[in-house]
Amino acid sequence: MNEHSRFETKQPEWPTEGGIRWIPYWTFTNQELYEAEKRKLFNGPTWNFLCLEVELQVPGDFVAVHVGETPVIVTRDRDGGLYAFENRCAHRGSLLALEDRGNVKDFTCVYHAWTHNLQGDLVGIAFKDGIGGKGGIAKDFCMSDQGPRKLRVAVLSGLVFGSFDEDIDELEDYLGPEIVARIGRVLNGRKPVVLGRFTQILPNNWKLYVENTKDSYHASILHTFFTTFELNRLSQRGGIIVNENGGSHVSYSAVDHQADDGKKDVYSEQNIRSQSDLKLSDMSLLGSFKEFDDDITLQILSVFPNFVLQQIQNALAVRTILPRGTDSMHLKWTYFGFEDDTPEQRKARLKQCNLVGPGGYVSMEDGCIGGFVQRGTVGSPNERAVLAMGGYAIDSSDDRITEAAIRGFWREYRVRMGV
Amino acid sequence: MKIAGERQQLTMLISMVQARYAREIDDGDCTLWPDFFVDDCFYKVTTADNYAQNLEAGLMWMDSKNMLRDRILSLLEANVYERHSYRHIIGQPYISDVEGDELDSETSFIVARITREGPTDLFATGRYVDRYRVTDVDAKLIKRIVVLDSGHIDTLLGFPL
Repeated sequence: MNEHSRFETKQPEWPTEGGIRWIPYWTFTNQELYEAEKRKLFNGPTWNFLCLEVELQVPGDFVAVHVGETPVIVTRDRDGGLYAFENRCAHRGSLLALEDRGNVKDFTCVYHAWTHNLQGDLVGIAFKDGIGGKGGIAKDFCMSDQGPRKLRVAVLSGLVFGSFDEDIDELEDYLGPEIVARIGRVLNGRKPVVLGRFTQILPNNWKLYVENTKDSYHASILHTFFTTFELNRLSQRGGIIVNENGGSHVSYSAVDHQADDGKKDVYSEQNIRSQSDLKLSDMSLLGSFKEFDDDITLQILSVFPNFVLQQIQNALAVRTILPRGTDSMHLKWTYFGFEDDTPEQRKARLKQCNLVGPGGYVSMEDGCIGGFVQRGTVGSPNERAVLAMGGYAIDSSDDRITEAAIRGFWREYRVRMGV
Repeated sequence: MKIAGERQQLTMLISMVQARYAREIDDGDCTLWPDFFVDDCFYKVTTADNYAQNLEAGLMWMDSKNMLRDRILSLLEANVYERHSYRHIIGQPYISDVEGDELDSETSFIVARITREGPTDLFATGRYVDRYRVTDVDAKLIKRIVVLDSGHIDTLLGFPL
């Protein structure tokens, strides 16, 4: 045995002991795994968020989005139905839609003018019969054999999801009743209005951001704006819900006035940065209005693999997590309110949106923390993260000092990926 | 000639104010940044797409000088990010309208970002869509809408633009 053999690269493998408690760092850098994620997750039997239904109001409306790295067009056809298909010409693969949104009668490729209808079917070929009896498409060519891949589409509470797998479980079954109910809680039959769209480029593997959204433990520690102004102490009433498969979750907290007294010192005892003497000069930032029947002021909901629905007081948004290589991702934010907002309510939402997004008081740290992990672990692919907060179970619980929802994500991930 | 001369003087004044503005963010600690605004100011950072579609939300959306102060207080005392700084290169203001002691102007900018462990990156380009209130010696922002050319923001937006 060569004395250097102990430095040879080990074949990456998941630690077998202890269930879902160790996450090897090669998970965030391995190119083969990344390619497998494209096949098994984003092109496989998962539901991916596409857009808000309200973005497709009338026939001909379309939005151009992504499922994983795959460009996808979502449309409303003249039959009133919603359709989704790859943004890829049947002919030679060019993008069909070159705008983010709009209203069209069909999609004609700019390259050779092959035409696709609003459901993605190839319906026209330029110079199909040639000119003057010369040229034209091959005699045996069949337009219906050729076309961009279609997605199955499902709508839940005004959220449009799509899957490349025709045989996937129904969306409601995929999510489970508790997640479905918590989505309904936020949308509540109301008609959303888009208030703004932003894309954040994060310097980390997409799964590090997924972990972050499911990490109820970090919220009031990393994001000191909340603790400083006593918006979201862990001593507040709250909890998490993890769905049966593990990969979708809800974390929530509610105002608990009775619990406020006597718990002021919890954070200082834990050596957590918290400046209780800091005061906002303009408290209108936090001016919220009663929007829901319960006392829940914060609800972060995720759907496997890459969707987040956020309620932070009255700041509502959907986020889509899009992989862009092993060490980069795009995070698409769509802020929304509702059609029946009063001007005062709308203004409150716009002010509270200062809390969220790429520059948000309680979210800007999430823009850099994944990069810190990516950089911290790049030289240690065979070392591993530990998820031991709240024990090792993957259960719903009535506290948030737990990593159960992160373990849940990895359980579903490993089952679907076969790793 | 008189009007052209006035415009020239106003352009010079706004240029000088904006040079100080950039210096406060890039080479100061931003604590004096709110003083470039009137008390009941409006400051928003948005993108060209949102601006063109009249979508109201911003990456920052503030309607008082005190909210601007709170932003800086939070950045300096509460928020967590890797040490970084900006370098603004601000173009010549284009004054589109003058109305009494108020004026509308637009100014292009580019902002480089220098992060602790990295090179100088091009972080943002865009334009300021401004309304100023002018006195003999100074001009204060009543409204500044920062319209970013791209809809993509790298990593995070901490300090103001």
